[in-house]
Amino acid sequence: MVTYFVRRLLLMLLTLFGISVIIFALLRIVPGNVVDILFDAAGFVDAADKAKIEADLGLDKPIPVQYAAWISGLAHGDLGYSYVSEKPALEEILPRIPITARLAGMALAFSILFGVPLGVLSAVKQNTALDYVLRLVSLSGLSMPAFWLGLLLLMAFVATTGMIPIYSQAPKSFWDSLLMYSVPAAAVGFRSSALIMRLTRSSMLEVLRQDYIRTARSKGASENSINYRHALRNAMLPVVTVIGIEAAFLIGGLIVTETVFNIPGIARFLVEAIRLRDYPIVQNLVMFIAVIVVAVNFAVDILYAALDPRIRYSN
Amino acid sequence: MQSEEYAAELSRAGANVGGRWSAALFLARRYPLGAIGAAIMLVFVFAALFAKFITFHDPLATHAAQSLAPPSAVYWMGADNFGRDVYSRIVYGARISLAVGIGATALGCLFGVALGLLSGYLMGWVDLLIQRVIDILQALPLLVLALVMAAALGPSLRNTIIAIAIPLIPYVARVLRANTLALRELPFVEAARAIGMSDLRIALRHVLPNTLAPLIVLATAQLGSAILTEASLSFLGLGVPEPYPSWGRMLSESAAEYVHTAPWLVIFPGIAISLAVFGTNLLGDAVRDLLDPRQRT
Repeated sequence: MVTYFVRRLLLMLLTLFGISVIIFALLRIVPGNVVDILFDAAGFVDAADKAKIEADLGLDKPIPVQYAAWISGLAHGDLGYSYVSEKPALEEILPRIPITARLAGMALAFSILFGVPLGVLSAVKQNTALDYVLRLVSLSGLSMPAFWLGLLLLMAFVATTGMIPIYSQAPKSFWDSLLMYSVPAAAVGFRSSALIMRLTRSSMLEVLRQDYIRTARSKGASENSINYRHALRNAMLPVVTVIGIEAAFLIGGLIVTETVFNIPGIARFLVEAIRLRDYPIVQNLVMFIAVIVVAVNFAVDILYAALDPRIRYSN
Repeated sequence: MQSEEYAAELSRAGANVGGRWSAALFLARRYPLGAIGAAIMLVFVFAALFAKFITFHDPLATHAAQSLAPPSAVYWMGADNFGRDVYSRIVYGARISLAVGIGATALGCLFGVALGLLSGYLMGWVDLLIQRVIDILQALPLLVLALVMAAALGPSLRNTIIAIAIPLIPYVARVLRANTLALRELPFVEAARAIGMSDLRIALRHVLPNTLAPLIVLATAQLGSAILTEASLSFLGLGVPEPYPSWGRMLSESAAEYVHTAPWLVIFPGIAISLAVFGTNLLGDAVRDLLDPRQRT
């Protein structure tokens, strides 16, 4: 177990190092840097000014030197300065994290609350009308872009209450924030719940075919006891392992949903920073996202190995 | 392999199959949802191919007087803020969606197959290296990697295809590698090696054709996510640039303003995206059931 843990940890660090190199290189092959964009907006270019700003931002140094500066900064907790606002990147990013975390948490809760029970129901009632309806709903959930679902929810909200649940100022009370976040959380969560529903259903069906379920049935255990006490526990194991995939899936939904609802979280901030070529923000945010995804996957791997010894030995 | 499985599936079901048409009819009856998916995709392919003949307005022509005109006999799905016909833009948009979807899937599969075959067949340090690259690509959410790629390459139709294809590579490479690892131990590969066939020839002539079934399953599943990712990129303003009519861009940020005043600008492009992805998903599920019975749910 310890060797497995250490090996996975080293692989994780290697992956993160690879990501940092790729992201850094990708951002540097972009045609035009932030200085070009700022000058474009101003409408004139003064070569001397441009060179001076580039030197100030360190953009004139060779790329490996820039990379080394970034990484050593990261190690000291110095993330550099946003090119656009000229504030420390850390100051720009940190206050936005709780906003996105709250939205993601609510979306995840939504998706598990709906996805798992409906997936079980769909499996238990396999090939009935209910199963077909649930499968169709989950498939359409996966087919709808999260931003469109968000727009539709906006539309329904405006039509019924006359209110637009778009983020305009920070919510004051707990209920305010619950109201503010619940509509976008539902927009993101619906897609994720569709994914969880499908996975739960297929995992549940797999387990229901096993011998020990037949044994339980022949002992005369009731259907409910078989489905919920014997099958569900084992069926949840593979569902837990896809939480890693789920995390990546959720981030994609957050990016477009924060944009629709004008929520000032990190996901929308990433898109803005990419548009403005604000390298320090983009590279740190992408690294942050990668760390989250990789860490979640790492935790899931370790958890899975702890729960299922076969994994450790076969690898 | 593929046709064998297909024939086996037919005979397993006890079908009395004469010609090609009755086979298609049989499959449609056995996989009704898949048939619906195929029909939806056919409609979109038809729209993309014959866009010129089924629309009555230039999708790019602006008419200030018709700005935000509601749906009518002339503008079936209304007009946008520039007075462009929404129906025409959606029909022409099918070209963009399909071009990017199919292009990105094909490109992603091409590189994924090459990497997966190399990794699984050669093993050793090549395998280790490729595995790490795949880990790195897969550690970033699809949309995040596509966003950074799209920004790095600059906005164009070709670059959007590349930006979406690259995040798809690891998924294909993983499946191909696993299949190749299993296949290379089988007697027929050993036999091919025994008669002195070159590695390249074995990999291409014997291993690759036998991975076709899972590859087709994967490709149909990825077509949907490629179309969805294009819509998301264009929605965020980093996908297919003007003047191409893209469904995602029709819904771009300004759409939130029209939720109240011009809902047709929000509803119709969204239906087009959802329907296209829904069609590929239905088709993908049926193809998986047909070609890969082990994964059947």
